[in-house]
Amino acid sequence: MSSVEDTPAYTKKDFMSDQTIKWCPGCGDYSILSQVQTVFAELGIPRHKFAIVSGIGCSSRFPYYMSTYGFHSIHGRAPTVATGLKLANPDLSVWVVTGDGDALSIGGNHFIHLLRRNVDLQVLMFNNRIYGLTKGQYSPTSESGKRTKSSPMGSVDRPFNPCGVALGADATFVARTVDIFVKEQRDVLLAAHQHKGSSFVEIWQNCSIFNDGAFKDWTEKKAREERILFVQHGQPLIYGAKDAQKGLVLQPNLTLKVIDVLTPEDRARVLVHDETNLVMATLLARMGDETMPTAMGVLYRVAHPVYEEGVHAQIEAARSKPGAADLKKAVYGGNTWKVEG
Amino acid sequence: MHADASPGASSSARQVIDDVVVRFAGDSGDGMQLTGDQFTRTTAVHGNDLATFPDFPAEIRAPAGTLAGVSGFQIHFSSHDVHTPGDEPGVLIAMNPAALAANLRDLKRGGLIIVNTDKFTDRDFEKAGLQGNPLEDGSLDAFTVVPVQLSVLTKGAVEGLGLGAKETDRCKNFFALGMTYWLFGRDMGQTEAWIKSKFKAPFDDANLRALHAGFAYAETVELFHAGYEIPPARLAPGTYRNITGNQAVVLGLVTASQKSGRPLFLGAYPITPASDILHMLSVYKDFGVVTFQAEDEIAAAGATLGAAWGGAIAVTSTSGPGVALKGEALGLAVMTELPMVLIDVQRGGPSTGLPTKTEQSDLHIALYGRHGDAPAPVLAARSPGDCFDATLEAVRIAIQYMTPVILLTDGYLANGAEPWRLPDVDAIPAIPVHLATDPEGFLPYKRDPETLSRPWALPGTPGLEHRIGGLEKAKDTGNVSYDGVNHEAMSRLRQEKIERIARSLPAAEPEGDPDGLLVVSWGGTYGAVHTAVAQARKGGIRCAHLHLRWLNPLPPGLAEVLARYGQVLVPELNMGQLGPLLRARFALPIQSYTKIQGQPFKVSELLARIQIQASQA
Repeated sequence: MSSVEDTPAYTKKDFMSDQTIKWCPGCGDYSILSQVQTVFAELGIPRHKFAIVSGIGCSSRFPYYMSTYGFHSIHGRAPTVATGLKLANPDLSVWVVTGDGDALSIGGNHFIHLLRRNVDLQVLMFNNRIYGLTKGQYSPTSESGKRTKSSPMGSVDRPFNPCGVALGADATFVARTVDIFVKEQRDVLLAAHQHKGSSFVEIWQNCSIFNDGAFKDWTEKKAREERILFVQHGQPLIYGAKDAQKGLVLQPNLTLKVIDVLTPEDRARVLVHDETNLVMATLLARMGDETMPTAMGVLYRVAHPVYEEGVHAQIEAARSKPGAADLKKAVYGGNTWKVEG
Repeated sequence: MHADASPGASSSARQVIDDVVVRFAGDSGDGMQLTGDQFTRTTAVHGNDLATFPDFPAEIRAPAGTLAGVSGFQIHFSSHDVHTPGDEPGVLIAMNPAALAANLRDLKRGGLIIVNTDKFTDRDFEKAGLQGNPLEDGSLDAFTVVPVQLSVLTKGAVEGLGLGAKETDRCKNFFALGMTYWLFGRDMGQTEAWIKSKFKAPFDDANLRALHAGFAYAETVELFHAGYEIPPARLAPGTYRNITGNQAVVLGLVTASQKSGRPLFLGAYPITPASDILHMLSVYKDFGVVTFQAEDEIAAAGATLGAAWGGAIAVTSTSGPGVALKGEALGLAVMTELPMVLIDVQRGGPSTGLPTKTEQSDLHIALYGRHGDAPAPVLAARSPGDCFDATLEAVRIAIQYMTPVILLTDGYLANGAEPWRLPDVDAIPAIPVHLATDPEGFLPYKRDPETLSRPWALPGTPGLEHRIGGLEKAKDTGNVSYDGVNHEAMSRLRQEKIERIARSLPAAEPEGDPDGLLVVSWGGTYGAVHTAVAQARKGGIRCAHLHLRWLNPLPPGLAEVLARYGQVLVPELNMGQLGPLLRARFALPIQSYTKIQGQPFKVSELLARIQIQASQA
């Protein structure tokens, strides 16, 4: 590998593989694939330096459809394979593609420890709130009471809030977007790439077969204005139609409340998004009942030491010591004795 | 040890003997492992051949004074070849009644027992579950008992250093060590230097005083009837060090990395008795070693596979329960044909089983413990020092054949020590690595015609972008294929690839008589079986020993060798795993001899079984 390379001017096409895509018609995965291909072409990274690691599930077929290096691994274990790869070669741009079941159910342990360590990679979690590839059982993000093949009387489980879990696991970058929000998704993917450390992106993704319309109450054109708040660092937390704007204020009991923003005074009361504030990010991530909007965009972003850099810094420090890496010395150890012939 | 030591012998007239087994036993907190380790180092430097067997409970500090808390360290040292830690100790150092009670049945009749009488109170007897004082009830009549007020004497030795009662008492193992050094006429310089480097003031001084006081006490009060001298062994010329199996694995890994020019990656989760591999490897960062302490066994295996994909010498170390958890990742390594090594330091199972005790019961999980037809090479180390060579071989095969390799060691090898003749590091051959770099004609599953291995194409290599994964692969292209005929062809290719490893293995070569009884062993039982067969032959029994390094594939010529002998006996520390396998494979009346007590075979047990077997011929 040469250290300085001319990165070709890529187009989206350069990131398409020759494999036939086998997702169902109308699946939200198509839109995400298209966005990722578009964004990869813009990052200025040579194609051979991308590695996509996935687990198991519909979303995890993703690597096969990209022309980069790809590893379709084991259910829930993509974070482990990606961590090993990144430790072996920190020079790679590593992307984990996973789903709500893969990341939060079978792979929950790896998911939280990946974020805790802050390995420099991106995690794209396609959340369709259902098990697709196993044909329609409730997932750890399915709403309580969901009737599925494995829960004919409704699921008893409480769902996870993925961004809430990520923040609870001390993630340093947490964002949320939607498969069909092309521009916003692109912005989030770029931001995730720019962040040094583990970037967690929850992508709402419609499963047209087993959970069709799961997000339509938020994502349909009309609902979008009323129920989605696109957050931006340094900007007031305001959403809604131009003539009926609403904003978030903090109440003395540390909960958020929606107010109508009618006057400059109202506007002054509205919270300004601070993406470095964990409390605010947590409050934003966990909004979602009927009275509150859902926050989209970069909810949280803080700088923190990166795992593989720390590991390799220790190695470099050890290597720079005099007498380092003397194999004979290591094998001989401290106490030796000679037996004469 | 000879029990007929003549009374009154002075230190100047030491009795020369050629072989002795000593066991130190006390509470888990008494420092018995440390004492044993020091005695071992000194014995090694003296030039004796030796083998050790640390035997300790799973609990860190079981209730003091109870049988459950007894920790032991056995060393067998000699002026001739030693292959086992010895069947019966001739000398027992018992720090309390529980240590005496727990070890008495193993002791050689006529053996020497040194006891700390300060710990022989009614309360101590009660804790040890004894009815009365064994020093007074005649139960020790068959032994030579040397009572020592170890606690009181140690206290006197360290007085004035300002140590508290607890700290004072902690020095008594060095007093005991000093006495033992006198008993065998040993130079204490090695231990003195170690104490000075290990302890800060005033504990360095305290331990040195206790050590010297113990030595002087044994000499001046003529504690023992005789001192002994075990002359150095006539070992093969060379430079030696003392080494445990886990140490040898670690050095083998570092050497493999240096010899292959690839960085070493260890993914591991702490587990007894494999944790020392993680500990000891983590100090070799100057060799570019990455040690990744994962969140669990599965993550350790997954990260190892990821590192293998990224071009590292990728290794995961564990013990039985971890092997169970890593099965899925190993299956993926079989499917993606990436080189990684799993080191299984076997312990008593199933489940948590006997975490600190040895066993050979993971052979079947190593061979078969994956879903689907997932063949993987399996080899086993036979002695602590051999763990070095076995590790190098495991890495070499993993890379040459692009496959996960399972290396079996065990708790006995991992913690046991022996003198190890140091290899000429420069003369160890390089491990060839061929990384794919040429995009021209590159196909991720195109195979080497000789080994059937696929190319190692690392992410980051321009022009070789490709996808791998757990779904079945189409021949050559590696694209996903659900075609049944392709699946059969690929399954058979993966199998044949592993079988072809046998082409480069040395043929099965028994040691001993060309007919009669063949004793077949594998792994850590090598030393005991080797010794038992040698003794049987000395006693006139026609027999031979065949030790298998490779369990999958089996070595060439094995069928012919097994068929040549009238009887075949397979001793194993499990309920019979290799034995039935060989029976099924070769359709021969192969007999098993098994033991599952968490302890290695005694030579005497094996010898008795060989005698019975031979008498039935």
